[in-house]
Amino acid sequence: MIEASALTKRYGATTAVNELTFTARSGRVTGFLGPNGAGKSTTMRLILGLDRPDAGAVLVDGVPYRELDDPLRTVGAMLDATWRHPGRNGRDHLRWLAATNGIPDKRVDEVLALVGLTSVGKTRVLQYSLGMQQRLGIAAAMLGDPRVLLFDEPVNGLDPEGMAWIRQLLHALAAEGRTVFVSSHLLPEMAQTAQDLVVIGRGRLIYQGTMEEFIAQTSEHGVRVRTPHADRLRAALTGQAEFTESGGAFVVSGMDSDRIGQLAFDAGATLHELSPITGSLEQAYLDLTHEAVEFATPEAVQ
Amino acid sequence: MTASTNLLRAERIKLFSTRAPWWCLAIALVAPLGFTALFFALAGPEIPPTVGNTQLASGNGRTVLLVLAVLATASEFNWGTMRLTFQAVPSRVPALLAKTVVVGAVGAVLGLVVGFGSWALASLVQPDADLALHTGADWRSVLGQSLVFLFTAVAGVGVALLLRSVAFALTIVLVWTQVLEGVVLFIPGFGKHVYQWMPFHAADQFVGAGGFTGGALQLPAPALGPWGYLGYFAAISVALLAAGVLVTSRRDA
Repeated sequence: MIEASALTKRYGATTAVNELTFTARSGRVTGFLGPNGAGKSTTMRLILGLDRPDAGAVLVDGVPYRELDDPLRTVGAMLDATWRHPGRNGRDHLRWLAATNGIPDKRVDEVLALVGLTSVGKTRVLQYSLGMQQRLGIAAAMLGDPRVLLFDEPVNGLDPEGMAWIRQLLHALAAEGRTVFVSSHLLPEMAQTAQDLVVIGRGRLIYQGTMEEFIAQTSEHGVRVRTPHADRLRAALTGQAEFTESGGAFVVSGMDSDRIGQLAFDAGATLHELSPITGSLEQAYLDLTHEAVEFATPEAVQ
Repeated sequence: MTASTNLLRAERIKLFSTRAPWWCLAIALVAPLGFTALFFALAGPEIPPTVGNTQLASGNGRTVLLVLAVLATASEFNWGTMRLTFQAVPSRVPALLAKTVVVGAVGAVLGLVVGFGSWALASLVQPDADLALHTGADWRSVLGQSLVFLFTAVAGVGVALLLRSVAFALTIVLVWTQVLEGVVLFIPGFGKHVYQWMPFHAADQFVGAGGFTGGALQLPAPALGPWGYLGYFAAISVALLAAGVLVTSRRDA
């Protein structure tokens, strides 16, 4: 479990993370979502003790990261797959990292096999493709068989096969009861991967909850109704629900399609179309984060 | 205890799993040995064949060792592996000290080989000269390189931690060793007195390798004895390291 409370980090005049409070539960894949520059990477660095917060705290399984003994055995993280020496081979990269926490070389070979890099373990990393580098980063995160895993944009630059592989891996890790915290600026990818969501914009929390709630809350934009008996439907809807008319169609909000259908039947209005409008998830997310950005700078907008 | 063993092992794997340190070691060995052989084979009376003068070329190896220490440390900032290290060792200081111990140990061994090797090679090239190790000063010249190289490596790690960039740190140490220390001599009046306190001049004084330049340039009498000079050189190295470790442990990674 990861618990952040009122986490704040400033760089000069910029507040990168602003009183951020959220929880990532064990046994779940938690998507950490926000536009570029929202403070996702900074938050990850604060979780791992690489940066010190100006205020607030973040605990990993109830303990500040800096107080963990052999932290790789509790928290595995890939913040940046390019954190490696290009002239060192993949196996040696994992060997030195494993050695810091007393993890044996046998485990290095296990994680190399897990991510499918056994055959290139002795190859220098500069010859790795982007996808292979991501796999090496994931292998590094898995070294200590940790209960908590953090990945910053793990699917960046991957082909569809690589994306599917990571998605399955994240699900499998969460199913084993681990906490999986994964950031992305792409909602569609998250929609298939994450069970819980933490959405931030301008360093502030915008949304925390399950993916289902997020979809339910943001995707119903009303019901579109077409009828040749517009007068009858208009009379029936007035006072019952909010609606607008354009191009010979009604858009009704605040009433589901079952009730609208019954209402139209009772009023004797034949229906040619009765369809819930499902806004795209991406649009809902953009609306949400866009609002947050505007709220954050009212002076600039007005 | 096991924690420090683990960190030493990690730093040892880091250092020897890339090519640059091996190249540096090869050059740091071949350059001083080669120059020493040339000096003793070709030089006339301006370089008398003494035990102290067998160490005249050791400065070349020392400079390359400085490059090795800077590369091993500063490149970790450039490539991001320092952040991975701090992720694995959040208290940071033990990891930085482990690196210093490993690089320092490599320096000490290299110094031993260069010091002893230069003397042995000189003896081979000029078998008629009396280069036997009679006095404590003779032994200090040959074996003392180990200590000089050890503290040179420590200084290199310290400078790299302070500057955090391969290009910046390399420029500083090369300009310092190759240009600045020598240029000081040309300041009229007090230049020679400042030169007495230049750290690598101090190192040369400890091993008795300063005689060549000292005689030609008519330097004032040494400010310290050999062991005093070693203490001075060591103090500067340790101060650089302490400053580097302190700054790195507090800064955001």
